[in-house]
Amino acid sequence: MGEFKVHRVRFFDYMPSAIRALAFQPQREKIAVARTSGSVEIFNCADRFFQEKIIPGREQAATEALAWVGDRLFSAGLNGVISEYDLENQKVKYTIDAFGGPMWTIASNQQGTHLAVGCEDGTVKLFEVCEGKIQFEKNLAKQKGRILSLSWHPSGSRIVAGMMDMIRVFNTETGQSVHRLLVERGIGASRSVECVVWGVVYLSDGTIISGDSSGKVKIWDDLTGTLIKSHQVTKWDVLALSVSQDETSVVAGTSEGTVVQFQFLSVVLGQEDKEWVQTRIFKNHTHDVRAVLELGTAVVSGGMDTQFVVRPLLDKIEERGPECVLRKIQFPHRSLVSCAKKAGLLLFQYPGHLELWRLGESDGHGASGSVLPVKRKPEKLLHLKIKGEEHICCSAVSPCGEWIAYSTVASFRLYRLHCDNNNVSITKVSKLPKVLSSANQICFSSDSSKLFAASTCSSVHVVSLSQTVHKFVCTLKPKSGSVQAVHLLAASEDGKWLASANSDREVQIYNLTKMKLHSTVPVYNSGVTAMAIHPTTNNLFMVHADQQVFEYSIEEKKYTDWSRQVQRNGLHYLWLARDTPVTNVTFNPKNPTHIILHDAYMFCIIDQTLPLPDSCSQFYNQLTLRSLPEKDRTKHSHAFKMCKTFKELMFVELMEDQSLVAVERPLVEIAAQLPAPVRQKKFAT
Amino acid sequence: MVEQSGVRVVRCGGNKINFRAPIITKDCRFLICGSGDSVKVFSTSTEECVHVLEGHTDQVTGVALNPANHLQVYSCSADGTVRLWDFIDGILIKTFIFGYPILSLYVSEKHAGVIFVIVAMENQNKGENFQLLALHLPKVPDQEVEAKDMFAVLCDISPNPGSTAFGQGGEYIASALGLRLNVYFFRKQKTYRFSLKATDKKGAKNAFTCVACHPKDDCIATGHEDGKIRLWRNFNQKKEYTYSTQHWHHNAVSSLCFTPEGMHLLSGGVESVLVQWHCEEVNKKDFLPRLGGAISHIAVSSDGQMYCTSHSDNKINIIHCSFKLSAVIQGLVKGNIWTDLVIDSRTKALVMNGRPGHLQFYSLQQDKQLYSLDIVQQEYIYEEGLDQFEVMKAVFDVRGNWLATVEERGRDSDLEFALKLWGFNESAQSLELNTTITAAHQDRITSMCFSPSTETTMLVTAAKDGQFKVWLLGTDSETQKEQASWSCDFVGSYHGLQPTNCCFSSDGSLLAVSFEEVVTVWSSDTWGLLTTLCQPPGPIRELCFGRLSCSKYLLATTPKNLLCWNLLTCSLEWSTPMDVHLLRSDPLSDIIAAFCLHSKSSNLFVFRPSEPRPLFTQKAVCEGKVQRCVFAPRAEPLDSCDERFQWLNRSRLYYLTEKMELLSFSTQTEDERILKSRKQLLVDDSVAVTPFYLLLGKHRRQQEEEDKLNFMTNKVSERTQHPQASVAVKELLHTPAHVLPAASFLCSMFVNSLLISNTESREEKQPSEKDEDSDKEEDDSEEEMETGDGQQEIRTQGSVEEAPPKLSKAEEKELRRVRKTDFSWVTSLSSS
Repeated sequence: MGEFKVHRVRFFDYMPSAIRALAFQPQREKIAVARTSGSVEIFNCADRFFQEKIIPGREQAATEALAWVGDRLFSAGLNGVISEYDLENQKVKYTIDAFGGPMWTIASNQQGTHLAVGCEDGTVKLFEVCEGKIQFEKNLAKQKGRILSLSWHPSGSRIVAGMMDMIRVFNTETGQSVHRLLVERGIGASRSVECVVWGVVYLSDGTIISGDSSGKVKIWDDLTGTLIKSHQVTKWDVLALSVSQDETSVVAGTSEGTVVQFQFLSVVLGQEDKEWVQTRIFKNHTHDVRAVLELGTAVVSGGMDTQFVVRPLLDKIEERGPECVLRKIQFPHRSLVSCAKKAGLLLFQYPGHLELWRLGESDGHGASGSVLPVKRKPEKLLHLKIKGEEHICCSAVSPCGEWIAYSTVASFRLYRLHCDNNNVSITKVSKLPKVLSSANQICFSSDSSKLFAASTCSSVHVVSLSQTVHKFVCTLKPKSGSVQAVHLLAASEDGKWLASANSDREVQIYNLTKMKLHSTVPVYNSGVTAMAIHPTTNNLFMVHADQQVFEYSIEEKKYTDWSRQVQRNGLHYLWLARDTPVTNVTFNPKNPTHIILHDAYMFCIIDQTLPLPDSCSQFYNQLTLRSLPEKDRTKHSHAFKMCKTFKELMFVELMEDQSLVAVERPLVEIAAQLPAPVRQKKFAT
Repeated sequence: MVEQSGVRVVRCGGNKINFRAPIITKDCRFLICGSGDSVKVFSTSTEECVHVLEGHTDQVTGVALNPANHLQVYSCSADGTVRLWDFIDGILIKTFIFGYPILSLYVSEKHAGVIFVIVAMENQNKGENFQLLALHLPKVPDQEVEAKDMFAVLCDISPNPGSTAFGQGGEYIASALGLRLNVYFFRKQKTYRFSLKATDKKGAKNAFTCVACHPKDDCIATGHEDGKIRLWRNFNQKKEYTYSTQHWHHNAVSSLCFTPEGMHLLSGGVESVLVQWHCEEVNKKDFLPRLGGAISHIAVSSDGQMYCTSHSDNKINIIHCSFKLSAVIQGLVKGNIWTDLVIDSRTKALVMNGRPGHLQFYSLQQDKQLYSLDIVQQEYIYEEGLDQFEVMKAVFDVRGNWLATVEERGRDSDLEFALKLWGFNESAQSLELNTTITAAHQDRITSMCFSPSTETTMLVTAAKDGQFKVWLLGTDSETQKEQASWSCDFVGSYHGLQPTNCCFSSDGSLLAVSFEEVVTVWSSDTWGLLTTLCQPPGPIRELCFGRLSCSKYLLATTPKNLLCWNLLTCSLEWSTPMDVHLLRSDPLSDIIAAFCLHSKSSNLFVFRPSEPRPLFTQKAVCEGKVQRCVFAPRAEPLDSCDERFQWLNRSRLYYLTEKMELLSFSTQTEDERILKSRKQLLVDDSVAVTPFYLLLGKHRRQQEEEDKLNFMTNKVSERTQHPQASVAVKELLHTPAHVLPAASFLCSMFVNSLLISNTESREEKQPSEKDEDSDKEEDDSEEEMETGDGQQEIRTQGSVEEAPPKLSKAEEKELRRVRKTDFSWVTSLSSS
């Protein structure tokens, strides 16, 4: 598969932020994830939990809770405002102040007519959901103490609120409190501390399930307002609760990092008498589990350790497939690194700033696998702090290393980099065309003469760059009229073609000489996670979330023979079972048949000249091949050459000088930056 | 052949009572467990063995209460029979002959007339394979019935009885083998199978070890090799079954048991901690630690009032449901035996290794452990692979005043050992540590013995460092201690050879020490080397002096020969080519027993050193090598006239086989005597059996005999006192303790009743001032004997009850008057 000089980059201090809330949209099977940075991510459950959209956060957003109303997503936060998101353009649509102080929770009823928010001042406020806006309707009877959790009865006539030391049940018609359920405090030292009801769930049969800071999951009857059963789940807090659609299973997230499942089972088999019984315990987190979701076929959890964990419930899944694996999503499914191939620069995108690094150099030639002596150390050239509260949503550096562009929801900035010897300076390009107010994705042409910025309604603005004048060329628009934002852009090496992929899974190819749409790749039912145009053949190479690979000949407007062969043969099951999507595709100009891809745990070179692996051949065969004599190797080798030397990969790119850049972010370093978890007694310590 | 010779080998108590789970009867009064080839019934309150149900001819492999009649018990055995007993009276009711060895027995209330047994599969082609059979018990009045009506319920199951259990109401049966759990529903006749992976990423070992079913809910608890407990639910679904996992044990869970109402789950393992899990609150659990050896079985009484745990050290603990230990039934501990079998001449008990780090004192007559002496005095940790101190040697002196022990740990390189001397404390009536010598020798002690002479208390130790040392109970003034302690008096060696054995002559004047191939004889007065004996050559294995009339002979064994020297002539008297590996002399007679291995079984030769012709030989006393043997003196000598068995008259020979069975020889006359005594032991079952009761019972029997005697010899009117005496005793025993009058009052009455005199009136006038302490003791034991009848007594005694300890004269008079009244009408009332 060839030898490369590898820059093993570990100075990208990417730090994901903790997951604060999860919300599930059952019709479209989408999960919205709110993080403490204020960003909201949309995962598609049907498409292997691919991260389709990222709505960047902002300073002091402090989103506490999320709620779906149909296809509309709302959030409430400690800043006291309710926000609705514009999911197409991946930004906040509007905010409305609830005038109740910080808000801890938001819940929508099943009918989709009302939203309820719980405020610090003890009020539950009902909002009516109208077309394009929400409107305040009424306050339910005001209580003393904050409202921390809310749950609607499926009929919408009642709502249960978890508070300090108690749970209240309200009638939504009259606004009056129906029941007051007292929750006892913990024992010992925590007796003097108020018991916080972190989560409540209201079931259609009138059962209320609550989880509180004394570590108990309690089951109540709303008819009599009495406690039916109490389960001591943890010594610490129960932080989140979620019920499955069929109301037979409830999961609770705890401070110990465990997710505890309760199931509604008949005590004596074959009889109707059912009871909530604690069954399984999933331990996939090291820190607080702040949010859980019971999807029926899987349990999704997230928390302080920033991981988004999908634990499939195998007993509910009919047929086993590559979807039935435990997924831990640590990194975003799009690249936060961009690379100036010619100049040897790396641009790292952080939420609030950009960092530009120059790669180190080495002139040594060592044996395979050895560490080369570093002649020049990698150097941080630039630390660019952004202005304003909004976080960066995309950024790019031009291949020549002369231009840096970034965009937030509100603004688009372009900088010019002057780099002579050791003096680095930048100048902000002031006079930008007015259309460039904001971008969802930015890309430079390979000769750095053009800037492509993806904008609303899948349009791409083209701006030609020169030393002095920056001229708006045109806006490329698809014919489909899709309103979704573009999340991937790829420009060809010869500057003729540009490909764009949007969340509707459409891939458009534009002719840059004619400045019009060239062709549309047939829509495949899985999102594109990475794509690139081959520098010599001008074939568009695409990788989808379900691990399928396609090669599309732009000139011939059809899939290439190799691609058809791949589809005929099918990919190896181990390739299909990989649980992280491919996030970058690149090519080796020296060896045009080689395609380099990577996901979080490996990088892979696909050799198109070699035969495809069939299901009985050994897939990860690098070690076996090495042990074989030279002449036998060809017999056993196949197109997929996997390399697992580098772990937790965020970015892999082949530079102009044939050296490979691998940006790693070891999870242990992320874990080291997390706050200490709750103390737990470990056996034999 | 055995019958002809008149001597037979008998298994001599010390059977495993922890082989299978015991059961507690419905009224919680008795505990029933299999012990060897008999079933034993113990009283749960007094720990005494009430009945021994004998009849099986092989290991009893299971007991179960008859679900149709809770006063009957089924037992199954490897001899292929199931027997039904009445355990109250100790009667065999029925025998069901099945024909194949039975490994375990289950009953269920729902399946009347059917019992379930585990048997080895027939025509097995590969390895062991077991199946669960349902066995229909034919309803015929015959004593012995053949049970042939059966059908297989589950195939390929675990032979371990703990891994099969009946579910709620007998609806299903759960059985685990390896990594698979099978649940068979009787109604649907369908089996559900659930399997686990052998290991997971975290290194858990998931193999099942035991199964228990919730009595009310459909919930199965399973124990696993890594100490996890899983609670399975919804197991009538192929996919949607579910389980929760609990983890406390750090090693395999060996037994699980639900309480009858299903409120608690009990679990135990090698940690010897009984864990009580609360089914309602999963995280709450109670612990009862330090119960003894590893827990092997747990059983619960049907009312949930009592739990019992069997332990690997042959012990059954009876635990009250409030988690308090209420009784301990201890059998002979048969773990690793390193010490010789020793007889303590005071208690006549057999002393050997007991619990780890302890010596057990085991009464051979009563087949029960008297007590356990902690030698090491360190907490023993029940975990494999730990190197902990063990008692390796124990020797008593002739009178039982001194005990010397050696404890060791570690291998050859890092060997640690200590010699401890224990003196008998007359006032405390127990052995107390007198001296600890940590570095008695440079290397491991190979042999030690006390001098039998009565003048000096002397101990000789021989060790691998090439020296033997003589230790004396120090009278030297240097130590200036109040208590005399032991110190080294003489160090002897011979050409740097390693001493292997040492032995004193019967009068204590000579000490023989064998140094590899040379036997040296030393004078114990001067510590001068008297002579050496080394013909014919061969490493000396055992060394032994003759006793009484043969005390001039010294016997030794080599791998090839049995040698006998005459010490008067210092010459070899005789030798026989025999591979004797065990040689033991009877302390009470001049005979010597020798065991030798011949064609995988051991032969016994009994002989006098003076004549090389054996007195008695028995071939094939047991399979394999005899490990240890000892002569235990009899309490009463036998008067067998047959010359061949005279050697058995004064002492009894006990020996320990490779399988750790304690065997002995029994003559016909002895058998008869035992049978007789057993009948006498049948006692009034309304009274719990205590030693105190047995004492009273004996007393009563004596009186009855006397009565008869009196009746026969003369008809003097002395008999009038007897009814009253027995009334007093009966009253004492039959009145509940809480309505009894003060103990001081009862005591005089009781003592009076024991006196054999007709001066009744005089004695009664003496004021009854008795020692308070002894009263209290008796009071305690009276309370133990309380029984629940006698309403009349309550009324009659009611007035006496309030009597204050200090009495005025008038009251005393009144009391005396009351005491004089005849209570015999009470018995007539109560008996009517």
